[in-house]
Amino acid sequence: MIGTGISVNSITARRRHPLARVAVLALALGLLGGGYALAAPNGSTADAAIASGKADDVAQGKSLFVAHCASCHGMNAEGTKKAPTLIGVGAAAVNFQVSSGRMPAADAGPQAPRKPRAEWATDQAVDQLAAYVQSLGGGPTVPSAEQVDPAKGDPAKGGELFRANCIQCHNFVGAGGALTYGKYAPPLNPATPTQIYEAMATGPQAMPVFNDSTITPEQKRDMIAYITHVRSQVDPGGSGLGRIGPVTEGLVAWVVGLSLLILASIWITAKKRRAA
Amino acid sequence: MNAPPKAIAGPSTFLDDRIGAGNFLKRNLRKIFPDHWSFLLGEIALYSFIILLLTGTFLTFWFKPGMGEVTYTGNYAPLYGVRMSEAYASALHISFDVRGGLLMRQIHHWSALLFVGGMTVHMLRIFFTGAYRKPRELNWIIGILLLSLALLEGLTGYSLPDDLLSGAGLRITQGVAQSIPIVGTYVSFFLFGGEYPGHDVISRFYSIHILLIPGILLALVSAHMILMWVQKHTQMPGKNRTDKNVVGAPFYPAFMIKSGAFFLFTFGVIALLGTFAQINPIWLFGPYTPADISAGSQPDWYMGFLEGALRLMPSWEINFLGHTVTLSVLIPALVPLGLVMTGLALYPFLEQWITGDRREHHVADRPRNNPHRTAIGISGMTFYGILWLLGANDELSANFHLDLYTTTWFGRIAIFVGPAIAYWVTYRMCIGLQRKDAEVLSHGVESGVIKRLPNGQYIEVHTPPAEDIAEHIRGKKEIPVLESAEDGEGIPPKGARSAIGRLRTKMSQAYGTDRVPLTDGHHEEEHAEEHAGVGAGDRKELH
Repeated sequence: MIGTGISVNSITARRRHPLARVAVLALALGLLGGGYALAAPNGSTADAAIASGKADDVAQGKSLFVAHCASCHGMNAEGTKKAPTLIGVGAAAVNFQVSSGRMPAADAGPQAPRKPRAEWATDQAVDQLAAYVQSLGGGPTVPSAEQVDPAKGDPAKGGELFRANCIQCHNFVGAGGALTYGKYAPPLNPATPTQIYEAMATGPQAMPVFNDSTITPEQKRDMIAYITHVRSQVDPGGSGLGRIGPVTEGLVAWVVGLSLLILASIWITAKKRRAA
Repeated sequence: MNAPPKAIAGPSTFLDDRIGAGNFLKRNLRKIFPDHWSFLLGEIALYSFIILLLTGTFLTFWFKPGMGEVTYTGNYAPLYGVRMSEAYASALHISFDVRGGLLMRQIHHWSALLFVGGMTVHMLRIFFTGAYRKPRELNWIIGILLLSLALLEGLTGYSLPDDLLSGAGLRITQGVAQSIPIVGTYVSFFLFGGEYPGHDVISRFYSIHILLIPGILLALVSAHMILMWVQKHTQMPGKNRTDKNVVGAPFYPAFMIKSGAFFLFTFGVIALLGTFAQINPIWLFGPYTPADISAGSQPDWYMGFLEGALRLMPSWEINFLGHTVTLSVLIPALVPLGLVMTGLALYPFLEQWITGDRREHHVADRPRNNPHRTAIGISGMTFYGILWLLGANDELSANFHLDLYTTTWFGRIAIFVGPAIAYWVTYRMCIGLQRKDAEVLSHGVESGVIKRLPNGQYIEVHTPPAEDIAEHIRGKKEIPVLESAEDGEGIPPKGARSAIGRLRTKMSQAYGTDRVPLTDGHHEEEHAEEHAGVGAGDRKELH
């Protein structure tokens, strides 16, 4: 250490600093964890690491859970008469329900509607909550940005899957449809690609689960590509009339078409009455 | 007078000498047409039909009615590389790769909706004004045939593009075919050339849609027009209008100009709809595969009442000697359609039977003046309307947040209760309007002038109605009633002796008896007495 201007004694002194052991441990753990994250195969394992978050997130999530969810789902997410257990539903379910504003539910209707997010439910808060629920018993995790990138999907393939699996409830362009007992398949237009993915993976409310063995993550991405492509497409034929098919077309035929023609017939045959 | 120029005189004489065109035109160009807005409603259907023929011909230039499988390689990206039928691929080709193709498709579809819509409102006008009465019963039947064929034409056209929605309609058609007892499966195999959906149905429907039905429609439309021409148009009651004359404007020039203008209006409205309102976006539905079905699958509006009937029907099914009879499909498919169409076709004859009216009628009834007919009509419209509305119950449920089963149960009850209520309400309204007419004739119309009499009493001065209005009201004709009067020896007339005869007489009396006869008795004093309003009553009590 001659010539560096730093005395050997000072390094030795720092090594013996009370916090040195903690610092070394943190460094080693960081290197190990970072190396593992880089080396590990892409996909669910890495996502699990992201989704489950750090220990801090879990703790934060727990306090959010106790404040906003526990009154219905129970203090330990074990479920109550009012609401089901959340053990094993996974981070994806939490992210879907809370980011779309469905949870916390407003009232006990047949189905919780999409609504503006609760004020506390920032992206970070949702992640923390998701991390906590994920830590309880695993389950589907939040997909990565790449997994839901519409640009990477094949809309034509996705369209075929969409028609085979989704439209019987959600309508041919995802405009939504009715189900029994006041339930409904909501329109897909406001749903983000991530939410669409999560809905398929977790099957919220009346929806069935389309897990990875039924529809692979690549296929899910194709479907997202189709849904987002079609919903952003400008209707080539003029006004889309809500894109719900012949019901609005018939309405327009009568209310606009026939009414205009009847008005025209009244106008054509109108004449001034001769004064009596 | 100047002689016509040679260029006109030459060909005219040529035609005249051979087909007598001059005489024909002389006779017919001066044909008188009465003027009323509702007399133009049938023309909506006529002109839509012309537009349908023209745009339909355009579409046949590119449409390929085949069910062979091809891979789509056209311009619409979200279907690129998808396997589909030739029919669907060519319909996409028309929509995205043929110049003006989508516009033509949309105009064709909108005019189809307005074609049936125009027929419907025209038919309602004929019904409510009693214009189907002798001598026009045959033309009425032709009209019902036209309407039925138009439904079939619509059904076949709806199925042609072979998209997912049209496939859903096809599947229901097959279900109806199969529900026919005993022969159902045979009918289905015959229609589809084997197992559903097979490879034949599109080309078969194509021949029916572009050749057979349009041909019959064209022939029937011609017959419809010729009969109307020969029998002359009915007219609304009014001054000097009788069953022996026609008051109106001559075909040339007045009516021709109006009619021509109305064609342009019809074409204009349809072209606007075709340009600005998207209809039947087949590219969004995707190709048909029997395994797929979309929420909100609906027929075009004119089939909506059948869809509604199917949705309201409980799932009844009986098994008879090893044959399953699917009442849940058979009843909704046949009963409402049968009730509506058969009822319409028979109505002129039923009415004649009940009233015993064998006279010719050329002056139309005002709907209020035949309250039972009007009530029956509105009742039928309510029946149809409830089925129609409930055909869209999933969209109602989804868009207005109603419970789906509640709408079904509402429909199941309303389909019986609604027409009855509509009948009663309409009947009362007709009687009320007749009373109003009688009052206008006997007391005049309110002038808005309040007069104070020397004794302090206030009256409102009534003025007699304008002559044309009075004549319009006086055009009311009594409905004939079968006499049940027994003769001197207490024996009822021959026709009224059986149970049916007695019922007929009873119905006749209910149907025809005029409950609000018009009187012209106009007594000034009585009038003043009766209309001494504005607090006069209160004053009298104070004295």
